[in-house]
Amino acid sequence: MKLSGAEIVVQFLQDEGVEYIFGYPGGAVLHIYDAIFRQDNVRHILVRHEQGAVHAADGYARATGKPGVALVTSGPGATNAVTGIATAFMDSIPMVVLTGQVATPFIGSDAFQEVDAVGITRPCVKHNFLVKNLDDLIPTLKKAFYIATTGRPGPVVVDVPKDITDPNIKISYEYPETIEMRSYQPTVKGHSGQINRAVDLILSAKRPMIYSGGGVVLGDASDELIAFTRALGYPITNTLMGLGAYPATDPQFVGMLGMHGTYEANMGMHESDVLIAIGARFDDRVTGDVKKFCPDARIIHIDIDPSSISKNVRVDVPIVGDIKHVLGDMNKVIKAHKNKPDAAALKQWWSRIDTWRDKDCLRYDRNSALIKPQYVIEQLYQATSGDAYITSDVGQHQMFAAQFYKFDKPRRWINSGGLGTMGFGLPAALGVQLAHKDATVACVTGEASIQMCIQELSTAMQYMLPIKVINLNNRYMGMVRQWQEMFYESRYSHSYLDALPDFMKLAESYGHVGMRIENPKDVEAAMKEAFAMKDRLVFLDFITDQTENVYPMIAAGKGHHEMHERELA
Amino acid sequence: MRHIISLLMENEAGALSRVAGLFSARGYNIESLTVAPTEDPSLSRMTIVTRGSEEVIEQITKQLNKLIDVVKLADISDGGHLERELMLIKVRADSPELRDETKRVTDIFNGRVLDVTDETYVIELTGTGDKLDAFIKALDEKCIIETVRSGSTGISRGERALHA
Ligand SMILES: Cc1cc2nc3c(=O)[nH]c(=O)nc-3n(C[C@H](O)[C@H](O)[C@H](O)COP(=O)(O)OP(=O)(O)OC[C@H]3O[C@@H](n4cnc5c(N)ncnc54)[C@H](O)[C@@H]3O)c2cc1C
Ligand SMILES: Cc1ncc(C[n+]2csc(CCOP(=O)(O)OP(=O)(O)O)c2C)c(N)n1
Ligand SMILES: [Mg+2]
Repeated sequence: MKLSGAEIVVQFLQDEGVEYIFGYPGGAVLHIYDAIFRQDNVRHILVRHEQGAVHAADGYARATGKPGVALVTSGPGATNAVTGIATAFMDSIPMVVLTGQVATPFIGSDAFQEVDAVGITRPCVKHNFLVKNLDDLIPTLKKAFYIATTGRPGPVVVDVPKDITDPNIKISYEYPETIEMRSYQPTVKGHSGQINRAVDLILSAKRPMIYSGGGVVLGDASDELIAFTRALGYPITNTLMGLGAYPATDPQFVGMLGMHGTYEANMGMHESDVLIAIGARFDDRVTGDVKKFCPDARIIHIDIDPSSISKNVRVDVPIVGDIKHVLGDMNKVIKAHKNKPDAAALKQWWSRIDTWRDKDCLRYDRNSALIKPQYVIEQLYQATSGDAYITSDVGQHQMFAAQFYKFDKPRRWINSGGLGTMGFGLPAALGVQLAHKDATVACVTGEASIQMCIQELSTAMQYMLPIKVINLNNRYMGMVRQWQEMFYESRYSHSYLDALPDFMKLAESYGHVGMRIENPKDVEAAMKEAFAMKDRLVFLDFITDQTENVYPMIAAGKGHHEMHERELA
Repeated sequence: MRHIISLLMENEAGALSRVAGLFSARGYNIESLTVAPTEDPSLSRMTIVTRGSEEVIEQITKQLNKLIDVVKLADISDGGHLERELMLIKVRADSPELRDETKRVTDIFNGRVLDVTDETYVIELTGTGDKLDAFIKALDEKCIIETVRSGSTGISRGERALHA
């Protein structure tokens, strides 16, 4: 089969099993767009901004585990995509981004819409390529998908100059089933000696804590984690990125840890004697002051990326490998081991944890005359029977969603943790809804975040994506306001949002249904009504208490035992 | 501590900038960096001299290994190794005394005079960085017109070797 470069791109994506390309056209990619037009196997989703294309591809990837694909033009198309690429990079999301480039003879001449896309994206990709010869196109695309999806996943950019896609130059095409790279061979299986050492330590624990993260979701190792945790009977906490990998409604789950984690999770970390870190990267939002981190614990760390291990916190038993394999092996070793978990010590440990739980650290004022954001999330949980895909933006609303929506399955909680990108939620929801046509998808957002990619309401209309937008409208950049209240003596510098649009009318002008809810007693009915509209996007604008803060909170530079708690009358 | 990290990488456009970018983005320091293709033209060999605590050096090697273009890596300062740097130095040699003295010092250091004019010498010297420093010190500072140094390259002693 002889194909042009443009046809190769599209045919390759089809052979690779790609369902959707999220993109936006422009001069440098017109040949590719023409090839897209002439087939109907790979569906192109036209967004309204390249950032939206990349976030949508990202949402698709997070919800399915398959790589997301975005296509943008050269110059401004590529630069608009950068925030999306960096977002995916920080959370290790598998993704391939195709950027158009000026024709090879023009590269370096400051040609129209030329930017050094490879140079600009280098620090925020797993790898990137500039395709300089048509003959390199097929192997490069194969490498891109291979690199993006294996090992620690991440975004890969392929920069394709316009002449490479020339419709008049054809080469023979065959889909390469595999690719070998001498310089890239990620470790999969864990070292058996290390696994045995780890299990010995795990079974000697008196006050154990399992701290698992996004790696369990990325590695589809939820079943193995559940088996591991249940066999041991140990308490487990999840990072923001790990939520759902262990069922939140299970009694062994002590909630999220870290800056806005629960009291029981953070105290459990602080007093643990053996910490089992699984696919988590000891982020500063999680550790607080590393000098005060888990002072009594010996630490086991399973991670596929050696550079995650002992980066921020020195660990005692490192295991490099894929979680699914490592936990699978560990579960066998535990079963066959002569020792069992120390039942007496565990009983004591759980009773200590229960006293922390009794503090009910997430409590809030349920009698308020104003809508509390926590209440909205609780009602969202009820209305969706806890079984929705929830995307989120960044701010207080994100933390409330993480704390109050009890995720029982992986890939249900979709948010930007590492980069913390406002504007992520709505476009990500497009990708999630496309991936799961019949699923309930809601985007929890704030009035500031939603305005960063509001244009994607138009995309949602074009493709009839019935997302429910839950806007927790506190008329503030609440997260910023909270820091200003706590650390800047309530000097609210530029965190108040004036001149807000009428979100109801805005949604309606895009062709959607808009609702405004101002009274706590209307929340439940509004949720019911909105979720009953199965085929419509509904924008629910909840006018919430402006002064609500996220608690508990560990201030920067503090330890896990130094949490701020909510004071209630 | 000073470490010499030796790496084999795919001889691809942009590979060097990935390494350089990594050091600047993560705030690691580079004392010197040399790179050239090997006997296999698809591979380049790079030598990086860097400094840092054990933790920092561990992260540097892990982060370098993580670069897709890096095929193999070793911290050759971990074991017995040889280290060499090349220096070309142009000095003023415009009087008989200066010419004699410069030649004498050059001989002591096993250097070679590569180019001679009425006014100048160009001297070639290889050795460890310390030796090159010592040679510069041994010359009269006022006579030095320019120096150019390659940065260190190194190789392990004995059987240890970097292979693709
Ligand atoms: C406003 C705001 C507040 C936040 N507050 C909190 C908070 O209170 N608590 C909190 O936890 N986070 C919080 N975060 C998120 C935080 O910034 C980090 O994104 C998050 O803690 C990182 O999660 P993680 O450690 O699970 O790592 P991830 O970023 O999910 O990384 C996954 C790790 O697993 C490894 N891995 C990937 N695949 C595999 C595999 N197959 N096998 C083995 N290992 C694998 C990777 O190498 C990596 O080390 C907040 C973010 C924002 C924006
Ligand atoms: C693109 C971007 N710019 C700035 C920030 C810093 N920031 C973090 S949270 C936040 C406020 C978010 O406000 P809103 O969306 O209304 O959410 P709320 O905290 O009020 O729930 C800001 C400005 C960010 N995370 N991302
Ligand atoms: Mg707000």
